[in-house]
Amino acid sequence: MTSLTLIGAALRRRKTRTFLTFSSVVFAFLLFGLLSMIQSAFSMGVEIANEDRLVVRHRVSLFQMLPQSYEADMERVPGVVDAVHMTWFGGVYQDPANFFMQSPVEPAEFLDMYPEFQLSDEAKERWISTRDGAIVGRATAERFGWEVGDRIPIQPTIWTLAGRPETDAWEFEIVGIYSVSVEGGDETQMLFRYDYFDEARSFGRGQVGWFAVRVADPEQAAAVAAAIDETFRNSAAETKSEPEGAFAAGFANQVGNIGLIVTGILGAVFFTILLVAGNTMAQSVRERVGEIGLMKAIGFTGARVQRLILLESVTLVTTAGFLGMLLAVVAGRGMSAALSAYLPGLALRPEDMLLGLGLAVLTGLVVGIFPARRAMRLRTAFALRRL
Amino acid sequence: MSETDSAGNGPMVEARGVVRTFRRGRTAVPVLRGLDLRIADGEFLSLMGPSGSGKSTLLNLVAGLDRPNEGEVVVGGAPIHRLSERRLAAWRARNIGFVFQFSNLLAGLTAEKNVALPLLLTSFSGAERKRRVAIALEIVGLSDRARHRPRELSGGEQQRVGIARALVNDPALLVCDEPTGDLDRKTSGEILDLLAALNREQGKTILMVTHDPEAAARGSRTLHMLDGQLSATAEAEAVVA
Ligand SMILES: Nc1ncnc2c1ncn2[C@@H]1O[C@H](COP(=O)(O)OP(=O)(O)OP(=O)(O)O)[C@@H](O)[C@H]1O
Ligand SMILES: [Mg+2]
Repeated sequence: MTSLTLIGAALRRRKTRTFLTFSSVVFAFLLFGLLSMIQSAFSMGVEIANEDRLVVRHRVSLFQMLPQSYEADMERVPGVVDAVHMTWFGGVYQDPANFFMQSPVEPAEFLDMYPEFQLSDEAKERWISTRDGAIVGRATAERFGWEVGDRIPIQPTIWTLAGRPETDAWEFEIVGIYSVSVEGGDETQMLFRYDYFDEARSFGRGQVGWFAVRVADPEQAAAVAAAIDETFRNSAAETKSEPEGAFAAGFANQVGNIGLIVTGILGAVFFTILLVAGNTMAQSVRERVGEIGLMKAIGFTGARVQRLILLESVTLVTTAGFLGMLLAVVAGRGMSAALSAYLPGLALRPEDMLLGLGLAVLTGLVVGIFPARRAMRLRTAFALRRL
Repeated sequence: MSETDSAGNGPMVEARGVVRTFRRGRTAVPVLRGLDLRIADGEFLSLMGPSGSGKSTLLNLVAGLDRPNEGEVVVGGAPIHRLSERRLAAWRARNIGFVFQFSNLLAGLTAEKNVALPLLLTSFSGAERKRRVAIALEIVGLSDRARHRPRELSGGEQQRVGIARALVNDPALLVCDEPTGDLDRKTSGEILDLLAALNREQGKTILMVTHDPEAAARGSRTLHMLDGQLSATAEAEAVVA
């Protein structure tokens, strides 16, 4: 028999109450795990961002267009090596639920700018010689069973076809399937040719969404960004240039300020956990006044009793927290497949797991500290007299 | 019986000039006002007296659960009034067996684990612990209930487990505060038989507080407490009653 026997016995005292508290902590940490995974998936773009790339967008918002002619202007700014443009297409394949990002690009330039996009040489050739050719990420190709040579209709939501009914779909021929060579890279996009897009769209000719700019010296990235913005100051469309990571983070924030939502939900959840588990521990100690008084009488010191009760609450919260996060990992595996289009790579990062465990230990301590102190201070004679 | 003839090794308990005053808000409540007490080694002393007269207060001082405001308490040669809380706790673990009105067994533990509780504070080997638990349960006649949980035991059996727990560290002094206060007459008799046997056969010195004159009569001597003073006769109590 050890101290652990005592802790086990204390937790088994009221099995239903312990079970309910345990379950609510499990759910809290399941939620913590899932939200962490979603948040890290969103911020993945930030982490894999390249240090020598800038993103240049309209100063007002991501959804305002810029003239394509800016590309040449930017390439003349000292410190800029290359610039390419992209545009949010926002088309639908069969069902709006089948979301994946599409964008028109200049094939050769795009692949130069993003060397992590791996495409075979034949595919590249085909793309350059096929006007309505598109390349697609491996994840999306697998998801819909597309193969090279397939013709894929994409229903426009913004960019309708010139001289055609609004309901007419664009059609692209799959000329290649790309993969991304870095961990967590986005293999869901569909990229097609800008020249085809610009000629066929019904409005907005010569307008693009944003630019990616490579700088010669990452150290000078901030200065180059300022110089680009300066170039277009007082023009009809002023720009805002940022390092790629900041842009990715900003993009995620536009999607719904995930970080804040996650923190908010977790704050509420943990506050509830503090109340639930705190109440359980307080009640349990209150019921055990006689037992604790007796333990102190027979020689357990106040400090030892305090330690036992803290350990009891830390054990309760930490085992439940660990189980909750394991469930999150399992659930994440399942969701990963279903959500792969939106969120590349849904997995609980080791640092989030550690954070969760740390949080669990901390919660256990906070929850246990007041009952534990109460038990420590309990006057033995008083505790035994009253009963 | 006189207090010197039970054993030759001097007194088990020697309290002199003990003052214990409690504070209740702003007012001081003097409970013991310069009390002397001697319990010989091997004695079975019963302590009676009206409610609130200070019996438990005195027992707590003798058992090292509390310290006097003034005076000395020497138990088994140790001046326990001078020990710090920490040392007192360690001293109690080795020297005192406690039996209270309620056994306060840990509900989640079996009888044998409850008995083993005080051994957590010792460095005995696992085998020695098992041996001691078995002997203690044997003495109280509950060897066959070792694996039962408290709620599967009767009130008298629970109290026996409590006594086994008090014995497991083999203390020289047992302090019992109304050990039969919650039991019916027959069960009380069995518990008192057990205490008397422990006193007679194991040489345990016993200090027992009780309200029951019949229970008190099982001891080798009875003291009466009234208003914080001890006397050998029941007269004082008779006056109050
Ligand atoms: N910790 C304490 N704080 C304040 N007052 C106390 C404390 N302990 C005991 N007293 C008071 O001291 C007096 C004696 O209490 P004690 O418990 O010793 O009585 P008792 O003789 O054991 O009574 P009973 O037969 O009811 O158990 C009572 O008035 C009690 O209220
Ligand atoms: Mg009392």
